[in-house]
Amino acid sequence: MSISTVISAALILVGCALGLLGGVGLYRFPDVLGRMHAATKPPTLGLVLVAVAAILRVDQLAGATLLVLVILLQFLTAPVGAHMVARASYESGDQLDEATVIDDLSQAEPPEQFP
Amino acid sequence: MILVTNLGFVLLSLGALFTLARLVQGPSLADRVVATDLLLTLLVMGIAVLSARTGESTYLIVMVIVAMVGFFGTAMVARFIERRGA
Repeated sequence: MSISTVISAALILVGCALGLLGGVGLYRFPDVLGRMHAATKPPTLGLVLVAVAAILRVDQLAGATLLVLVILLQFLTAPVGAHMVARASYESGDQLDEATVIDDLSQAEPPEQFP
Repeated sequence: MILVTNLGFVLLSLGALFTLARLVQGPSLADRVVATDLLLTLLVMGIAVLSARTGESTYLIVMVIVAMVGFFGTAMVARFIERRGA
């Protein structure tokens, strides 16, 4: 068993655990913005780790190039998509959970003291 | 490597199960959009794990296409929510 196989196995385990974390966070958080926070960032890091693990394992150079393209695509599109969904959700009037205390977009006065 | 990728598939499937639960429950349309996006990301991760398992690069073009379709779908439904509301 070579060293690159061991590295790629570790990367696959950590990346898939991050994907699971994204799913659990999406299920557990109370409002749309919190769910988006959990569903966007950890799976992106997990996808990068798993793609690096696959780069270490594929047999052709063309496959490694496609994996790098996927990483770049995810880094470019994930923030843009999350930003569009967050703005649409806020402006269409989805209610924030009461555990979300700071609302920088609202016109109301901010609370005196944050818990 | 077979054992590790099997474990990875199990973890990804558990994550997809939670995501599906949110997709069915999700009170608002934005929740469902976020859940669909995460589901496609998990699918892309699964294809990457599969290609790391076999060492083949046959399915990698599917990863690129699924990632792009996920982004376009998210952007379009976001525009739709913004125009229609809720």
